[in-house]
Amino acid sequence: MEEKGKNEFVSQVAEKKYEFGFTTDVQTEIIDKGLNEDVVRLISQKKGEPDWMLDFRLKAYNYWETLTQPTWGHVHVPEIDYQAISYYADPLVKKPKNNEIDPELEKTFDKLGIPLEERLALSGTAVDAIMDSVSVKTTFKEKLREKGVIFCSIGEAVKEHPELVKEYLGSVVPYRDNFFAALNSAVFSDGSFVYIPKGVRCPMELSSYFRINARNTGQFERTLIIAEDDAYVSYLEGCTAPMRDENQLHAAIVEIIIKNNAEVKYSTVQNWYPGDENGKGGVLNLVTKRGDLRGVNSKLSWTQVETGSAITWKYPSCILRGDNSIAEFYSVAVTNHYQEADTGTKMIHMGKNTKSTIISKGISAGHSQNSYRGLVRATSNADNARNYSSCDSLLLGSDCGAHTFPYMDSHNDSAVFEHEATTSKISEDQLFYCNQRGIPTEQAVGLIVNGYAKEVLNKLPMEFAVEAQKLLSVSLEGTVG
Amino acid sequence: MQEDINNNKAQNPLGSSQPKAEAQYVQLYESTSATIKNHSADIMNSVRDKAFEDFKKLGFPTRKVERYKYTDMVKLFEPNYGLNINRLDIPVNPYDAFKCDVPNLSTSLYFVVNDSFYTKVLPQAHLPEGVIVDSLSSVASKKPDFIARYYSKIASTDEDAITALNTMLAQDGLLVYIPKNVKVDRAIQVINILRSDVDLMVNRRVLIILEEGSEAKFLFCDHSADDRNFLSTQVIEAYVGENANLELNCLEETHLKNTRVSNVYIQQQANSSVNHNVITLHNGMTRNCLDLVFEGEGAECHCNGCVIADKNQHVDNNTLIDHKVGHCTSNELYKYVLDDEATGAFAGKVLVRHGAQKTISQETNRNLCVTKKARMYTQPMLEIYADDVKCAHGSTVGQLNDAAMFYMQQRGIGEKEAKLLLEFAFINEVIDKMELEPLRDRLHHLVEKRFRGELNKCEGCKLCK
Repeated sequence: MEEKGKNEFVSQVAEKKYEFGFTTDVQTEIIDKGLNEDVVRLISQKKGEPDWMLDFRLKAYNYWETLTQPTWGHVHVPEIDYQAISYYADPLVKKPKNNEIDPELEKTFDKLGIPLEERLALSGTAVDAIMDSVSVKTTFKEKLREKGVIFCSIGEAVKEHPELVKEYLGSVVPYRDNFFAALNSAVFSDGSFVYIPKGVRCPMELSSYFRINARNTGQFERTLIIAEDDAYVSYLEGCTAPMRDENQLHAAIVEIIIKNNAEVKYSTVQNWYPGDENGKGGVLNLVTKRGDLRGVNSKLSWTQVETGSAITWKYPSCILRGDNSIAEFYSVAVTNHYQEADTGTKMIHMGKNTKSTIISKGISAGHSQNSYRGLVRATSNADNARNYSSCDSLLLGSDCGAHTFPYMDSHNDSAVFEHEATTSKISEDQLFYCNQRGIPTEQAVGLIVNGYAKEVLNKLPMEFAVEAQKLLSVSLEGTVG
Repeated sequence: MQEDINNNKAQNPLGSSQPKAEAQYVQLYESTSATIKNHSADIMNSVRDKAFEDFKKLGFPTRKVERYKYTDMVKLFEPNYGLNINRLDIPVNPYDAFKCDVPNLSTSLYFVVNDSFYTKVLPQAHLPEGVIVDSLSSVASKKPDFIARYYSKIASTDEDAITALNTMLAQDGLLVYIPKNVKVDRAIQVINILRSDVDLMVNRRVLIILEEGSEAKFLFCDHSADDRNFLSTQVIEAYVGENANLELNCLEETHLKNTRVSNVYIQQQANSSVNHNVITLHNGMTRNCLDLVFEGEGAECHCNGCVIADKNQHVDNNTLIDHKVGHCTSNELYKYVLDDEATGAFAGKVLVRHGAQKTISQETNRNLCVTKKARMYTQPMLEIYADDVKCAHGSTVGQLNDAAMFYMQQRGIGEKEAKLLLEFAFINEVIDKMELEPLRDRLHHLVEKRFRGELNKCEGCKLCK
């Protein structure tokens, strides 16, 4: 009886799996595949950008051409044919006259549970929805403007606030940073721009929702967040993509600038399509995220829940330049089937009395590989730098792998670093205890995993935490038994 | 002597794109391989050309190679050193050069001068029957089939350029063979003396074979007897049979002009046990690399290291513990105390292969940086492909505990003395893991002297007199 019940459950899950795998049938204008200077010029022209922006793109493109794709990660990135990708897809080409968004698009975001309309306004989160290369709609703009907060797509910001974009774009992640950063700088299409003026506490949570829809396109969004002195903002990011047999490339850049006494919370729930159970298809998530804590007493907190993507290769990092600055990194990375993740963080301590905390929880199941890679460095000026890192890995199944590669460089005698890591499977005692009390194994695993990840999930804003918890259980269903 | 000792300095071959460091060794081998072979055993010669090809292919590892991230090999191998390819007899009285013994520890004492086994004064044979301690090349000439089974088997030349270089240039070294079920009570002490009137490069090779159920303890001490620049490469291959027991202690007491690159390869069969300790008390540039493989279930290893470095000394310990099969236990503890502008690096990887269930592994690295300019790089890594394992690692970089310092000062212990006490306590955790009691006592004594700044060179050496 129990066997039957279990099978039913498993087959249910097998049918369910990735619930955001649908495609949206909207008119999309996609430019021809391939990448060359003309394509870069075309993207810039389509977005009506000023010359300095085009210059930036061309410099990045020329630099990118001199690079080769890195291979050092503990992931198997398939050979990417950069000429077989289309670098710009615009789902808005047939705009209805009354300036409303395509009902198909709206339906898409409704299906994803993203409130774009007033009827969902009560949720109290401002959303910037981005499909393929273009920002579809940004809500609550007016309300935010009253406070002086700028929240718009980066394309708009280039036109309306060129002085801000010019000053900060590429100042944290320069186009020479790495291969994918150079590529993104050359062809980035859209993304969010956030500016919180001095002394303002952003009245609501800001959220971006990214969706890849069109086939054979890459998504290259760029997010720029600037928190002036004494500002505060909490920013959320979510991502999904349809199920496709071929890999889709996602190479984004996030730059965060934090000034004196300001605080930024950046939360990500990443649920790009992970590929099927045989490892076919899925999104290649190759992202550069970095925060620059320029001011004294500044604070940055990265929280990420990574459940999707065939390959996740990213290190949200913090440069602690301001004295007394604080950085935190909380991460749950779940890999199942043939997913691969090589993720972690970099904490570069440069200011005095800086503190950083790293809590990383990896969960691997199926045939997946899950790696934590992190760097903690104190430069010779970073007196009294303090770091605590804890990286735990949980293995579900005998064919998966969990790896830890921490790097610690101390150039200062007053720096104190601590790192600890453990790897184990779910304790049989815990499972037995649950079974004894009538909780079937599958549920017990869910329970234990949730408890294990709680330390990180607690750091997420409420709505996201609920979503993340659901995601966690869906990602792991069918891994036991 | 200068003219007789071949020089590794070579012109960059015309049009060659090879960096200088490699080019000079490539040219050296091309021009002298016949001489090298003439003065060595056939078995050692048989792998030489392959090693040369591998070395040409690999080149010296740059800092972009993950395992060599913290030590710039190219820079170490660039300077001009002489090589004693013609096996000239370098006059030395080892007892004169080396006076520090470990009191109360009666060892079977052997000397290796540069890379040659010293045969003129051999200790009274206290060794059980069948045990061989001898020159590697002479045994290889006498028993080629036996040595061929072991030589250059686990020290693979196609992965590591330093091992390839050593295999291509090494002409002699030490062989130790312990037959089945033989237990050698008395520790075998091997003093490696670097002795030369010119700057010298030495390529030493050690082969240790412990048959099933045997037991032996080793103490390798590295000393330099002359104030010259020395560059030594060393490859140790140790085969530990079923139920065998190996304790391998390596102690380095050289000087600032000394560069040591040591690659140790250990293969453990079922239910064997290895205790490997590396102690760096005084050195110039040191890189110790350990590759340990578990081939049989139920084996265990304890790998410990302690480093005390000051001035501009550099110590890089790199370990790889490969859990190929299940039910094995590995423990690592490395501790560093870095003073002045010293640089320390520790990179340890524990690899648990698919199916190696019930593995237990613990890796710990703790470091004290005493000054602002001391640098520590640490990288404890876990790579795990099996689920039923208990693996953990911990690593810290920091200073002495303020509360403990305060506590002692409160009780009338001066700041300096309190600091010393805490530093001893810190390092003693590693020393106390050694099995040879007299060695432990001796090390306590040496470490104390080292911290007090009284030990500048190895005690009692020719240079210190």
